Amino acid sequence: MSALLTVEDLRVRFPTRTGVVEAVRGVSFTLGRERLGIVGESGSGKSQTGRAVMGLTPAHAQVTAKRLAFDGIDLLSAPPKLRRDLRGKRIAMILQDPKYSLNPVMSIGKQIVETLQRHEKVGRAEARKRALDMLAAVQIRDPARVFDLYPHEVSGGMGQRAMIAMMLVAGPELLIADEPTSALDVTVQLEVLSILDKLVAERGMGLIFVSHDLRLVSSFCDRVLVMYAGRIVEEIAASELSNAKHPYTQGLLNCMPVIGADRHPLPVLDRKPEWAL
Amino acid sequence: MSMSDTVRMSGRRRARSRKAIAAVLQFLVVVATTYLGLLAVTFFIGRVIPIDPVLAVLGDRAPQHVVERTREAMGLNLPLYQQFFIYCQQALSGDFGTSVLTTNPVMTDIRRVFPATIELATLGTVIGALIGVPLGVLAAVKRGSIADQIVRVIGLVGYSVPIFWLALLALLVFYARLRWVAYPGRIDIVYEYTFSPITGFYLVDALWQRQWDVFRDVFRHIILPASLLGYFSLAYISRMTRSFMLNELQQEYIVAARAKGLSEARIIWAHALRNAAVPLVTVIALSYAGLLEGSVLTETVFAWPGLGLYITNSLQNADMNAVLGGTIIIGSVFIGINLLSDLLYRTLDPRTRAR
Amino acid sequence: MSLATETRPLTRREWLLSDRPQSRLQARLGRAYMTWRRFSANRLAVVGLLILLGLCFVAAFADLLAPHSPVIGNLAGARLLPPGSEGYLLGTDDQGRDILSRLIHGSRLTLAVVVLVAIIAAPVGLIVGAVAGYAGGWIDAILMRVTDIFLAFPKLVLALAFVAALGPGIENAVIAIAITSWPPYARIARAETLTVRNSDYIAAVRLMGASPARIVFRHVVPMCMSSLIVRVTLDMAGIILTAAGLGFLGLGAQPPLPEWGAMIASGRRFILDQWWVATMPGIAILIVSLGFNLLGDGLRDALDPRESGQ
Ligand SMILES: Nc1ncnc2c1ncn2[C@@H]1O[C@H](COP(=O)(O)OP(=O)(O)O)[C@@H](O)[C@H]1O
Ligand SMILES: [Mg+2]
Repeated sequence: MSALLTVEDLRVRFPTRTGVVEAVRGVSFTLGRERLGIVGESGSGKSQTGRAVMGLTPAHAQVTAKRLAFDGIDLLSAPPKLRRDLRGKRIAMILQDPKYSLNPVMSIGKQIVETLQRHEKVGRAEARKRALDMLAAVQIRDPARVFDLYPHEVSGGMGQRAMIAMMLVAGPELLIADEPTSALDVTVQLEVLSILDKLVAERGMGLIFVSHDLRLVSSFCDRVLVMYAGRIVEEIAASELSNAKHPYTQGLLNCMPVIGADRHPLPVLDRKPEWAL
Repeated sequence: MSMSDTVRMSGRRRARSRKAIAAVLQFLVVVATTYLGLLAVTFFIGRVIPIDPVLAVLGDRAPQHVVERTREAMGLNLPLYQQFFIYCQQALSGDFGTSVLTTNPVMTDIRRVFPATIELATLGTVIGALIGVPLGVLAAVKRGSIADQIVRVIGLVGYSVPIFWLALLALLVFYARLRWVAYPGRIDIVYEYTFSPITGFYLVDALWQRQWDVFRDVFRHIILPASLLGYFSLAYISRMTRSFMLNELQQEYIVAARAKGLSEARIIWAHALRNAAVPLVTVIALSYAGLLEGSVLTETVFAWPGLGLYITNSLQNADMNAVLGGTIIIGSVFIGINLLSDLLYRTLDPRTRAR
Repeated sequence: MSLATETRPLTRREWLLSDRPQSRLQARLGRAYMTWRRFSANRLAVVGLLILLGLCFVAAFADLLAPHSPVIGNLAGARLLPPGSEGYLLGTDDQGRDILSRLIHGSRLTLAVVVLVAIIAAPVGLIVGAVAGYAGGWIDAILMRVTDIFLAFPKLVLALAFVAALGPGIENAVIAIAITSWPPYARIARAETLTVRNSDYIAAVRLMGASPARIVFRHVVPMCMSSLIVRVTLDMAGIILTAAGLGFLGLGAQPPLPEWGAMIASGRRFILDQWWVATMPGIAILIVSLGFNLLGDGLRDALDPRESGQ
């Protein structure tokens, strides 16, 4: 399997008034056309890892890496124009909450068409047709109607499907999904996940699936990175998860309720300072 | 779509249209009460505060029989609420009485002078918005930079400087010293008799009639007062634009737009500014209203024959009918602008758009 | 207090910043100190504060500071002297009066107008807003409708009309400006009241049997103060400009009072040749209203970090 993405010693630093905050501290992994999960508690640096790959780190932050390459392209030395051309076309990202991540004053159809027109020379009719096809591909039943709706007029699940359509319409090879279902009702989470699952499989994309839900990640991905305080504390095949060695991973696993099991006393996530070293 | 779906949809549509009707009704109530309030306040100013309203209206040199007749016509021997009723009736039919100064009906005078003010305030707002919005965007995008500081200082000075004073200095520099612009007034005496305006907006009229030399002259007259007014609206507009843009640029949909690979220019102008435009419309409308008001002070300095000058001249001659008529007209325009900005807001923001 | 657990005596700063204040006074002083630190970090705001302190100083000691009489000039030998003339730093006007002395004495009028308007308009707005917000229902509806009606008016024009009816003069100018400037305060006070009204601690006070009046004045009104102070400070600049505008139109302070707006008006005739007569008072107005704007901005950032967009 040829590496689609190579990350070596990635660091993201935020200079603040009270000193430098290191959000990501030396993360390394490679990714082929496979599904990689990144888990960890809130604030462990999952999103910043994904955003650094996208090139969406806030301007005042510093990103360094020994190597950060996508399909042989060195991302950190790539000119901004090239990185923009990659974004949306070859690497795409799905954000957490469609309520905030869709432009409220632009119709859904327009937002999908915009991605397409940015990256390909397409006529209006052609762009519209492909956007409608994409809406159908995310299992929206009445694409022509949804095309003209505004984000506030659709439900969260529908909005997230629109988001997926917007990001996948140009046919990216790598998709970073940053907690794509965390903001949704439990009932629609599975629907959206299965749509995502199907599209990733059909199109042979590489996927980085960011979540704080270890069980979800393990059922959805091939491989799992466990992050804590900006570092990878364990890398493990999803099938091997129950044999996780690191106490933090075990802690995360134990937080998951198991039906029928005795829940007393409630396990509390243990955090030891030496893990963060 | 199934049968039950269709039924539900039409039910929802009916509820929505009922809501829309309620909104329109509420709208009308707001307009009506605001207008009534405006009339009540001007009535209070004109008829209740002065010890003898007739004197206030006619001045103290009017002959006795005129005073008596006016007292009768104004209904001053009637109880106050009836007077107010009559006052409202007259005002609503555009009858603000007669100006002592010009001896014309106030409404006739206002009709003559108002286009000059509208032309000035409109050009001022256009200048203010065309410069202020980009400045505000620049300040927000380059937040904390030198450019941001400069925009901030420009705005602060605009908020702090007396407009009539700046107008005097501008005249001193650009007219008296540099001769870049024409002297105070609206048009050169040479053209005053050859030029016959149709709409009362001289720039438009001159353009329409292809009188290029007139257009040039009118432009040389209007550009300085309009730029000054423009500066004041720029101060306000750029500051608000900056704050709205900062707010929008922090939103998640901006990250999403970047993730799509859009250029910064497109993200700023087509996404962030398009969202900021929703509240900005109100700001621009308010600044337009503010300029109409600011014209009272500017027009005196520039001898601009508009409503502001009319009001101040009447003030100085204790011509109460003219003052109140002018106040009501400006107040009405304020109410109208508020309504318009509300409607625009609704059309710009799909979340409030009644479908 | 004497039972403080620390054995080491605290520095004054530590005492102020203690996260376990042992008296209300200490907590209050600590909060004030934090606000002051945020405020003083903003250099422009400090400049604004200094300008206003300077204004107060000049107004207080005008008699001592002014080298000449503000109203009686030297008609014979000192008419329209340019700035820098012997004994007349900023020049003289058409009646031979020292412009600097007139500006110094005029600061009293400016300060008086601002203070009087604030004293009249702010409490009116505060009470209207607090009562509307606390009472709710139709009282709220009516009060806010009236407020909105006033908000929809052209303020300056309305003030002009008021002065026209009341007669020119600085007292009437103050009344007219106050009448047109209370509505924004009512809106702010109402908004604050609404957030406070439903809070638990107000419910607790109510359970203890406090009367509505006591709740409004002891608990609701103090919560509105900081946003109100910010807004009033920012409005001061506008008040000064309006008062100067009225003076310029001959409707505010009457001659020979050295009101800055009126001074500009009287210097207008000489603008082409004796530019300083109209220019100097304008600079004074600009500096003072800039001071209020800078101070207001700084106060807003210090008292209400949410609003500042930082
Ligand atoms: N703009 C910022 N300034 C300073 N620190 C930041 C900023 N954004 C993120 N961080 C820091 O980066 C850390 C990791 O954030 P993130 O990657 O969003 O965590 P998560 O794993 O929940 O997605 C956080 O602990 C936060 O302190
Ligand atoms: Mg995250």
